[in-house]
Amino acid sequence: MDFIAIFSIFVLACFVGYFVVWSVTPALHTPLMSVTNAISSVIIVGALIASAAAGSASSKWLGLAAVVMASINIFGGFAVTARMLAMYKKKVR
Amino acid sequence: MEFQSILSAATGEHGLAVNPWAAVAYLIAGVLFILALRGLSSPATAQSGNRFGMAGMAIAVVTTLLTHAPVTLDGGLDTIGLVEILVAIGIGAVIGIVMARKIAMTAMPQLVAAFHSLVGLAAVAVAAAAYLNPQAFGIADAAGQIFTVSRVEMGLGIAIGAITFSGSVIAFLKLNGNMSGSPIMLPGRHIINLGTLAAIIGLTAYFTFDQSPWVFWTITGLSFVIGFLLIIPIGGADMPVVVSMLNSYSGWAAAAMGFTLGNTAMIITGALVGSSGAILSYIMCRAMNRSFISVIAGGFGADAAASGGGSTEQRPWKPGSADDAAFLMSQAENVIIVPGYGMAVAQAQHALREMGDLLKKEGVNVKYAIHPVAGRMPGHMNVLLAEANVPYDEVFELEDINGEFAQCDVAFVIGANDVTNPSAKTDKTSPIYGMPVLDVEKAKTVLFVKRSMGGVGYAGVDNDVFYMDQTMMLLGDAKKMADDIVKALNGGGH
Repeated sequence: MDFIAIFSIFVLACFVGYFVVWSVTPALHTPLMSVTNAISSVIIVGALIASAAAGSASSKWLGLAAVVMASINIFGGFAVTARMLAMYKKKVR
Repeated sequence: MEFQSILSAATGEHGLAVNPWAAVAYLIAGVLFILALRGLSSPATAQSGNRFGMAGMAIAVVTTLLTHAPVTLDGGLDTIGLVEILVAIGIGAVIGIVMARKIAMTAMPQLVAAFHSLVGLAAVAVAAAAYLNPQAFGIADAAGQIFTVSRVEMGLGIAIGAITFSGSVIAFLKLNGNMSGSPIMLPGRHIINLGTLAAIIGLTAYFTFDQSPWVFWTITGLSFVIGFLLIIPIGGADMPVVVSMLNSYSGWAAAAMGFTLGNTAMIITGALVGSSGAILSYIMCRAMNRSFISVIAGGFGADAAASGGGSTEQRPWKPGSADDAAFLMSQAENVIIVPGYGMAVAQAQHALREMGDLLKKEGVNVKYAIHPVAGRMPGHMNVLLAEANVPYDEVFELEDINGEFAQCDVAFVIGANDVTNPSAKTDKTSPIYGMPVLDVEKAKTVLFVKRSMGGVGYAGVDNDVFYMDQTMMLLGDAKKMADDIVKALNGGGH
């Protein structure tokens, strides 16, 4: 993809982010942080590409290390978010 | 000349060879991430939102494994390589899930800081891997020369990633108490910081002409150093802003890597997370009436400690007991509970909820009022109350409940101080002047739980609420006081 196309997606996504995040209720700001943490670990995509490529052993090991780190974040981030969200209950009437 | 090479990189085969189905899959992953955040607009939809996020991540990972399966040098499938990758994911999964299960809710800020540091370090590792093997990422020509645009993106990615990492490590150590929360001020730190930042920007520009290893690794090293330097002068009270800011950085790091790889899922996510952290930083700054620049400049805790030693005049105040408090609240129609972080430190949230339940049984209307900086990170107090089984529809934010104090019979303040201080509204010389506060002084009676009369809040200022006629000071440990009130309510014979 050319740079301008990618950049357009980026700019539009910033606007989407702005409006979506302002609509998050303040009561859920901590889960918001833990879930954004989990999804920012989508850099695992880059780590997987590096781990899978032939040609450079150091690049591959750096990739595998990044896969471990990103996985901690992905599983830990989603799990702790789920744990917190399960605590939010409505009043029993 | 340089302009031309940027153009050729932009219009040429930049990024990986694109499989249209993979591109669609990454786009779907990005949309699912948007829905994950959208779900958080209400606790009722939040859990399904979280599942959208998980689905998006699964799609991104599986798509990458399919399009970039590990290959041997002759082009065949590398089974051992695939197993290595799956083992790496498995190790991360076990560590992550164990951490998520074990962590105490009071320690959430530390966990989030630790997670941010991992995103940062992973971004650095990916950028370094891409630098060492650029052809595998499709960002270099046949001669191994990395495209100019990719060099800029890579430089940005590694700088933001490294700053996120070292900054988050310092934030973690401060939040976890391994390092003093008081600001560490190096002499001439603004000049050192600006010089280091200028060096990073200059080297990134130079990197577009010369891709030698020393340039790349110097950018990396300096970025680790600046992350460290930026966070050490920031005091403990400002940590909610720092954690939010690092959240934002981790997003921009992911976006920079997304540019390098031409990957829409990474770019959308990076933009979402980057905006999210920036908005949370803004909300936290507004709640403390601090400008973002002054937080970054650091040193807040130190100034406050110096001004705290000023007036030590003795003013009369009215002491009260748990029995008095129990009586007053059980006779009230409306009670607003104002919890602060001191309540969580004392582990009083369960006793507090029990007190609320007993009052509700007596027919009292109980509500909780939360100041945005009541906890150690955005929304932290809401999680702590939810953990203690306080229903979320009894918990209100500052702007939604502040008008109700005038009609309430009892405001019960526990573990909070500065966020109730009326001098923030009236006294222009106060260090907290301009900070939005909860109007507890408008309540008919204020019950103020506090360890002793001597201590002052984070900002080091005295609170006029202590000395008002309608205020009763309940001195003692927050948990013990809440327990005693529960006992008194139970023993009241109702």
